Amino acid sequence: MRAPTSDLPIIFAEAGILAGGAPILDAVSLSIGPGIPTVLIGPNGSGKTTLLRAAMGLIPLSRGRVTWAGREASAPTRRAILLQRPVMLRRSAAGNIRYALGTAGVPRSESDRRICDLLALVGLEGLQRRPARRLSGGEQQRLALARALARDPAVLFLDEPTASLDPYATKAIEDVVRTITARGVKVVMSTHDIGQARRIGGEIVLLHRGRLVETGPAEEFFRNLRTPEARNFIAGELLV
Amino acid sequence: MSDDVSALHLVLTGDPALFAIVRLSLAVSLSAMLSAALIGVPFGALIALTSFHGREIAIVVLNALMGLPPVVVGLVVFLSLSRSGPLGSWGLLFTPQAMVIAQTILVAPIIAALARQTIEDLWNEYQDELAAMNVGPARRVATLVWDARFSLVTALLAGFGRAAAEVGAIIIVGGNIDGFTRTMTTAIALETSKGDLSLAIGLGMVLMSVIIAINAVAWGVRRAGELWAG
Repeated sequence: MRAPTSDLPIIFAEAGILAGGAPILDAVSLSIGPGIPTVLIGPNGSGKTTLLRAAMGLIPLSRGRVTWAGREASAPTRRAILLQRPVMLRRSAAGNIRYALGTAGVPRSESDRRICDLLALVGLEGLQRRPARRLSGGEQQRLALARALARDPAVLFLDEPTASLDPYATKAIEDVVRTITARGVKVVMSTHDIGQARRIGGEIVLLHRGRLVETGPAEEFFRNLRTPEARNFIAGELLV
Repeated sequence: MSDDVSALHLVLTGDPALFAIVRLSLAVSLSAMLSAALIGVPFGALIALTSFHGREIAIVVLNALMGLPPVVVGLVVFLSLSRSGPLGSWGLLFTPQAMVIAQTILVAPIIAALARQTIEDLWNEYQDELAAMNVGPARRVATLVWDARFSLVTALLAGFGRAAAEVGAIIIVGGNIDGFTRTMTTAIALETSKGDLSLAIGLGMVLMSVIIAINAVAWGVRRAGELWAG
């Protein structure tokens, strides 16, 4: 893994996105620095996915701006995303990773070794030749994570990486998140699972209706909830 | 001997006249399919992956062209290649090349329309992933065509089936000349009208075998695709 800091911090300045005239991201100002994971929490429709996609450059901002280490115009390439519903290419498990390595300019001579390393990292050794679409949901999610890591990102966005996974598969993903964080990759992930946010820790960002409600280091965030929205959400109340 | 038994005898003994007709038919239809693929796949990909004013109309027209009447295509090609036509100087009328041209015009819209649908469906699936991997336009097209290859082979075989079974266009532009432009379908039409049912039935058997074989290959290709690539 590469040293993670050159494209950080990611700074959202009054970032807003409109969909059909309605704000789905509303004047969000946020700084994402290197180091510990940043965990976006909030109910469905709170803007977590939109924020991650905007950071990846997959959707343009309607207002405000996003800068990477102060740069705005040139899109950094050392970033990758695990989408909420990743799509497996119609290839083998190894073929999916090989494709991502190709897009990252990794020479073919290095591909086989990298594929083995990445499959081992996500616990899919021995499944290289299996058609990716024939893997189970949890295996596909781990393969998608390996594919994202194939681009050797300094920053990795994970959009609800364990949604609809069983506890075993969830633990496997969380273990990989801890491993890659220890290796210096900045992880920015979204979840609506409070337990997961506590387990991953790091910096917590609570979004609601496209707005940033509250943010802070995990321990302090959960100990001292400052806003009614945060108290209700953490208490398991329905935020509508 | 009854017509059925005579027909079977012709097929089983490898009657030279019958198999010359079969060879020409396959050569014409395969050439038309390959020419149509060279036109249809890129054209289908272009429509699938670009947005332009009138795109919806273009798709409707392309889909409608799948049902082009062979005799109308034959007439247009005949008029174009006839001595007084714009392409009359090429001297292709009543040659196998003219038959390939007519069948290419018939088959290209089928391949293009099926390729467009296949590639567009796959693009809708892959769009976000390829964007996230920062894949450029050329690599994007190559990826989609490669990953859709099993479905595209099925589209090509559908085109081949259309060409192999077609009679209206090639009888007009080929002239059904014995030993030169006579194919299975034109020969069946002629022999039936003459009352020589043995040869017509024999050719019908071969033609049906070819069509069944094509469908078997199409099924096999798709099945292999599912097994190997998911």
